[in-house]
Amino acid sequence: MSRGLRPAALVAAALLLAGCGGSAGSGASASTSATSSAPPVTLTVFAAASLKSTFTTLGKQFEASHPGTTVEFSFAGSSDLVSQLVAGAPADVFASADEANMGKVAAQQLLDGRPVDFATNVLEIATPPGNPAHVASFADLARPGLAVVVCAPQVPCGAAAAKVEATTGVTLKPVSEESSVTDVLGKVTTGEADAGLVYATDVRTAGAAVTGVPFPESAGAVNTYPIAALSGSTHRAAAEAFRDFVTAADGRATLAAAGFGAPGA
Amino acid sequence: MRSGSRRGRAREDDVEGAALPRWVFLPAALGALLVAVPLLAVVVRVPWSQFPALVTSDSSVAALLLSLRTATASTLCCVVVGVPLALVLARSSLPGLRVLRVLVLLPLVLPPVVGGLALLYAVGRQGLLGPALEAAGVRIAFTTTAVVLAQTFVSLPFLVVALEGALRTAGRRYEAVAASLGARPSRVLLRVTLPLVVPGLGSGAVLAFARSLGEFGATLTFAGSLQGRTRTLPLEIYLVRETDPQAAVALSLLLVVVSAVVVVAVHGRRGAGAR
Repeated sequence: MSRGLRPAALVAAALLLAGCGGSAGSGASASTSATSSAPPVTLTVFAAASLKSTFTTLGKQFEASHPGTTVEFSFAGSSDLVSQLVAGAPADVFASADEANMGKVAAQQLLDGRPVDFATNVLEIATPPGNPAHVASFADLARPGLAVVVCAPQVPCGAAAAKVEATTGVTLKPVSEESSVTDVLGKVTTGEADAGLVYATDVRTAGAAVTGVPFPESAGAVNTYPIAALSGSTHRAAAEAFRDFVTAADGRATLAAAGFGAPGA
Repeated sequence: MRSGSRRGRAREDDVEGAALPRWVFLPAALGALLVAVPLLAVVVRVPWSQFPALVTSDSSVAALLLSLRTATASTLCCVVVGVPLALVLARSSLPGLRVLRVLVLLPLVLPPVVGGLALLYAVGRQGLLGPALEAAGVRIAFTTTAVVLAQTFVSLPFLVVALEGALRTAGRRYEAVAASLGARPSRVLLRVTLPLVVPGLGSGAVLAFARSLGEFGATLTFAGSLQGRTRTLPLEIYLVRETDPQAAVALSLLLVVVSAVVVVAVHGRRGAGAR
C-alpha cells in the first residue's frame, strides 16, 4: 500500500486514542457485603451538580443508618439528567436544581409520588479573591469596563439573573453568557472575569478561590430544589426512604451548612 | 492524503481493485454503520416542520456566521504556522525532532477543555504572558480572537500530520535535481516542494477547518459564550439543548451539512482534477 496513506492512518489512530476513553457509566455494580439479613440494595441517585458535596455527605449518613444499602450518585446538570431519565436511564431517586426540570420528568409519568421541595438557593456575586474591582452591589455590575460573566437565560441560574435584572431595572452587559454555573465560576477563579453571578452555595464550595458579595435583591429570584422517588425503581422502599431522609431534619441541617436555604411553606 | 503524483494514484487504484479480499468489506461496513446510524438517528429526530424557523433564527444565523468566520481564520492560521512546522518535521535534521513531533500532536489527545485551560494559563489575565499582554493593552479572553486561538490550537495537528505525510511521500528527488541545477533553497521550496504537496495541504486544511467548525471544549473554557462574538454553532447547540433538544438537533444537522459541503467541495474538486 502506498506510503501516502500514512497520515490518514496516523490521524485515525490519534482520533481513536482521543475518543475511545469514554466514561464508563456508573452502573449499579458495587459489591456490597450483606451485613443484615435483608439482601443488599444499591440505590442510584441522579442529583443536580450543585448538590454534589452535600449529597455525597448525605449518602454516607444514609448508608450508616441503613446497613446493607449502598448509595451511588450521578451528578450532572439537571437538564442532562432529565434527558437521561427520559431515555430510560435506571435510577431510583432524582433531585433537581429547579422545578421546571422536575416537571419534565413528572410529565413523562416517571415519578413515584409527588416531588418534595427540600432546599432553596439564591444568587450571589462571586469575584476573584479580595474583590479587586470593588464590586459592592448588584448595581455595581453594570459599571462600564467591568468584565461580568453570567449564565445564559436558557439555564436556571441565567433565568434567575434575568429575573433580578427585571426587578431591579439594572441592565447587565456581560462579556459572556455561560451554559452552566460552573463555567461562570471558572471564569472568576481564573481571574478572567471581574465578577460573576453564581449561587450562594457555589461561593461556599469555592472557598478561598473567590470572594462572595451577597446582595439583597437576590431574594427576588429564589431557586427551589425538589426531590422525588422514581417509578422505575426496583427498590421503591429504599428510594422513598432516601427522599424522606433528605427532606427530614438531618438532611436540612447538612444542606443549611452548605449554604442552601429552607424551602418556603 | 493519497499519493501525490497522478501516475502513482492510477497505479495504486489498479492494484487495489485486484487484490482486496472480500472479508475486508464486513468490518468496513461495520465501521461505516458506526458513523451512519447515529447520523441517521439525528436526521430522523429533526423537527422538519420547524426546521426553517429554527435554523434561521437570529441566534442560529449569528452562530453559523461566527463559526464560518472563525473556522476560516483558524484554518489560515494553521496554514501559516503549520506548513513551516510540517516542513521542519519532514525535511530538517534538527535535534529533538521526535520531541517536537509529539508536542505538535499533543492537542489531538488532550481533552479540549484542558486545552482551553492551558490557553487561559498561557495568555489569560493571570497567565504566563498575561502581565505582558495587559501592559500592551491586549485582552484576549472573551473576544473572537480567543475563539480563533482555541480553534487553531486544536486543529493544527490535523494540518501538520497530513502535510508531513505528503512531504515524506513526495520524496526529495525533485528537490535534489532542482538544487543541483542551481536553484536556491527558497526557490526549491516554492517551485518544487510545495506544488508537489498541494493535495496533502488541501486535505490537511479541510481537516483543520472541519475540526475548527466542531470545536467546543477549548472555546467554552477559554473564550466564553456571547452571541455574535464568541458563541459558535457548537456552543449555541449546547446552550439550546438546555431548553429545546429538538432545536439542538436541527442546528446539529446544519453543522453536519456545512461540514459535508466543505469536505465534498474540496475533495470533489481535487478528485475531478486528478482524472
